[in-house]
Amino acid sequence: MSETGEVARPAPLLNDDNHFYWDAARERRLVAQRCQKCGRLRHPPRPMCPVCHSLEFEIIDLAGDGVVYSYAILHHPQNTAFDYPVLAALIDLDEGVRVLSNLVEVDPSDITVGMPVTVDFRPTRHDGAVPVFKPKAKADG
Amino acid sequence: MDSRLRDTTAIVGMGQTEFSKAAGRSETQLAAEAIVAALADAGLTTSNVDGLVSYTIDPVEETELVRTLGIPEIGFSSRVPYGGGGSQGVLLHAAAAVAAGVADVVVVYRAIKARSGERFGRAAVGGKGGSSHSGSTAMQWCTPYGVLTPASWMSLNSVRYMHAYGVSSEDFGRAVVQFRDYAANNPNAHFYKKPITLDDHQGSRWIAEPAIRLFDCCQETDGSVALVITSAERALGSDRPVLIGAVANAALFEEEIASNHYTKDIAVMEGCAAMAKKLFEGYGFKRSDIDVAMIYDAFTPMFLMQLEGLGFCGPGEAKDFIADGNLGPQGSLPCNTNGGLIGEGYIHGLNLTAEAVRQLRGTSPNQLADPEVALVCASRTGLILRRP
Repeated sequence: MSETGEVARPAPLLNDDNHFYWDAARERRLVAQRCQKCGRLRHPPRPMCPVCHSLEFEIIDLAGDGVVYSYAILHHPQNTAFDYPVLAALIDLDEGVRVLSNLVEVDPSDITVGMPVTVDFRPTRHDGAVPVFKPKAKADG
Repeated sequence: MDSRLRDTTAIVGMGQTEFSKAAGRSETQLAAEAIVAALADAGLTTSNVDGLVSYTIDPVEETELVRTLGIPEIGFSSRVPYGGGGSQGVLLHAAAAVAAGVADVVVVYRAIKARSGERFGRAAVGGKGGSSHSGSTAMQWCTPYGVLTPASWMSLNSVRYMHAYGVSSEDFGRAVVQFRDYAANNPNAHFYKKPITLDDHQGSRWIAEPAIRLFDCCQETDGSVALVITSAERALGSDRPVLIGAVANAALFEEEIASNHYTKDIAVMEGCAAMAKKLFEGYGFKRSDIDVAMIYDAFTPMFLMQLEGLGFCGPGEAKDFIADGNLGPQGSLPCNTNGGLIGEGYIHGLNLTAEAVRQLRGTSPNQLADPEVALVCASRTGLILRRP
């Protein structure tokens, strides 16, 4: 949020090949492409299955659970649209795809490679939303 | 493997502008100045030039450059993708064109106002969903997350690399201290007469913690570099030619430049290893043949990863290779003797090629004792140069 209370995070940059991902995020869903012919998942999106060359794909919902594959705490340079430090991360999702995102609700000094995380969402400008990830709550008891 | 291009072409001319933080003139002018200087160095004129090659992100329009230089006719032109990762690929295009007989004299160039113009590291939000032919599709996935600069993209690879092999910021710092030592003795370097200690490096602020500090970043610079390539046969009649002994590209499935986040193991530069296999095994060179190397140090972690990709040391061993003093003038592999992109300046990698030529001509500010073979690497594009 900016000081005026408006959402500052920029909206995703849409194109013909990626818009389904962000359309789903707007509905608070984390999704990936799955080839309808060979069944392989793929991310980042692309218009053709790189293995079997099928153009047919379905968009499947992911559970939203994964681990931090890598991360970085970004200090400089800064853009007014974000709060610093920005917590950048690559998340390896349980289904086998990797996404770039932000970590939220975590102290930067507590971030580790391999940390279990689960999906959440944050609003963007133009009424959009992006998947972000927070530490997975430890099982009760 | 194919080694058809071995010793068939040569660099016969080299020119550059001054490197600065504010050139005060257009990239077209900078390119033209460097090219005229390179042709004069080669003993040629613009009427000899029939090929032009640069790489993506260079803002100079080829037609405007031809109009400015007064080149009568261009028979071959191309641009290598991948931005700075393509900076050595220009030599492959030039050598292939000359060897194929479709051009006689090819000029490769890069003009950039990386500081006074559009800074790569400016953390802008904007752009389009596409790549603008930068060799990276990063923007669309990174912008809404505030991952806005090359340092931020590459820090994710760097942290994974540190995690995989137990590498520390101090390990990066030891390479930077050596680059700054070389730069301190290079009047063209931004950090001329400004060496640093490891403590200085460790005291510089975080850009992307825990991998990249301010002193791990290349110096955004204004300037231009140009090289002239012709056939080895024609070159041998010229003054101080440098033969292109090997030249190769390797861009692999699922790899990107800068935002290379989606291969199975991002702590390893697989494209660099594939490129190195072509250069060494393909062309019949040994690692021990290399007397001096220039390796693309946009950010220090990438330098270590390339040392390993090139096979000068095993996975995770670059930190020890550096700590043992191998990058220095007395080491087994003196590296980036101009100060590198970190110490001299960032002409998007082509100033590294120029320094390799200087070493083989005997004109480097940090001249080594009689080097005969030099390697230049920009991740996925690279070459081996040698004296005739």
